[in-house]
Amino acid sequence: MQALPSTSANSPHARRPRVWGWVLLAPMIAWLVLFVILPMVILFVYSFCTRDDLGRVVFEFTFDNYRRVGDPIYLTILGRSIAYAALTTVLCIALGYPVAWFIARQREAVRNTLLLLVMIPFWTSFLIRTYAWITILKGEGLLNGLLLAVGFIPEPLTLLYTPFAVIIGLVYAYLPFMILPIYGSAEKLDNALVEAAHDLGAGPVRAFSEVIVPLTWPGIAAGVLLVFVPAIGMFAITDLMGGARVPMIGNIIQNQFSKAFNWPFGAALGVVFTFMFILAYALIQRRGARDPHS
Amino acid sequence: MPTPTASRPLLPSGLRLLNLGFGVWTVLVFIFLYLPILVLVAYSFNTSKLNIVWEGFTFRWYADLWSNVPITRALKNSLIIASFTTVAAVVIGTGGAWLLHRYRYRFSRTLQTLICVPMIMPEIVMGISLLVFFTVINLELGFLTVILAHVTFCFPFVLVAVQARLQGLDPALEEAALDLGASPLKAFWLVIVPCLRPAIISGALMAFTLSMDELIITVFTNGLGSATLPTVVYGMAKKGLNPMLNALSAIFILTTIAFVLFSSHLRKLSTR
Repeated sequence: MQALPSTSANSPHARRPRVWGWVLLAPMIAWLVLFVILPMVILFVYSFCTRDDLGRVVFEFTFDNYRRVGDPIYLTILGRSIAYAALTTVLCIALGYPVAWFIARQREAVRNTLLLLVMIPFWTSFLIRTYAWITILKGEGLLNGLLLAVGFIPEPLTLLYTPFAVIIGLVYAYLPFMILPIYGSAEKLDNALVEAAHDLGAGPVRAFSEVIVPLTWPGIAAGVLLVFVPAIGMFAITDLMGGARVPMIGNIIQNQFSKAFNWPFGAALGVVFTFMFILAYALIQRRGARDPHS
Repeated sequence: MPTPTASRPLLPSGLRLLNLGFGVWTVLVFIFLYLPILVLVAYSFNTSKLNIVWEGFTFRWYADLWSNVPITRALKNSLIIASFTTVAAVVIGTGGAWLLHRYRYRFSRTLQTLICVPMIMPEIVMGISLLVFFTVINLELGFLTVILAHVTFCFPFVLVAVQARLQGLDPALEEAALDLGASPLKAFWLVIVPCLRPAIISGALMAFTLSMDELIITVFTNGLGSATLPTVVYGMAKKGLNPMLNALSAIFILTTIAFVLFSSHLRKLSTR
């Protein structure tokens, strides 16, 4: 997937930069420093600050914000966010892997058409796609209407604002982000290797688990990064599908900045989340690096 | 359709069965992906306010949408923000890709990683870090802050798209232009940019779409007057069902389909 750092960007004819090379690149470097690095540094500093009675941030060093992150209430929410994100990731792999594999094994014309069909939901706003599920799951929504009309149920079920709805929303939003990178790996996979496994006596299950899955691991890893990490911090889908009943770490962070006005605590949560993200990223990258085919 | 073509050898029989199973699975997943959005589009023409029964065909919700001030204003805001973002992202992304391609900087690899950070960083962290940054430098939240935030996560996508195209570019092209007496700037503008056009256009489309759809970072960086379409839709969706939202969603979905078809057409042109 393109989101992962690519190998050297240089052309073989690249020269050492002189004055102009640096002058022209300077705005981009400045942009990255100003709007990516510096804000992160400030967020980090904020996380050690306190606030006054009016909610203004006071630069007075304290560890209290991090101590508060360790509070069981927040640890539970953090744990729940990770659990939901993990379940979403697993479901996305389970649903998406066969699709990616199947698309990769098709003739070019069929493959391109199927890929287009994955690209459309990939590029459709997740907000719109989440709203589609609200219209289906809501008390007066389509699914309840259908079930009532058929006489399956005597009264509308509560489908929205449940953990079930949150998971559906997350899986629905992130599934294309899992299919595309796995497809990228599956497409490069040489059929001869699969046949060799078969000729050497591996059954379909064994060929799949011991040859195909390890060879497509880079795609799975990229997919996990594109699904698991954003899903942990997502607050809009959990808000729309779960209401206030299933708060996630993203909702808590957003609350600190929009309603509770406790920016230092929100910053501390953000910093903890960032470190979790870096850790997950490093772990997955290392696992990928150990694989000789990545 | 698991029929292998002549160029592709037959899969072993066990795997063929597996492949057939995967085919059925693929169809089911596509139904899962498409049914909800198709239902949404269909019901945007329903006379009834609720989604349960089909009462009749109407364009009423589309007309309502058009006369709804918050929505049309948000659409205008989104278009303004996305346009500025796209122009800035294309300039920074294309220029950056070209410089990184042409010169061997001492810390190219570090820079390459840094460029990827805004693409993979959790959006919420980017949102809150930009919020505290804009607050510290005392920049009032509004159009400018949203555009700055959007450019930050959009230009890397343009850069990566252009980089991919540059890798297939013949270095002799620029050398020939320079040998024939063009200045480096002229060579870039008259020789390189036209070669990169498909990648630049698809990068621009990507930046525009990303900016139009972005919610999380926008929530943290926008002010009172700069509400974008996604933030307004988010607010409406939180309140519950609204037939106008169905109509708006249908427009979004159709626009996205047009965008995807156009980009894939571009890609075909660029690989030819």
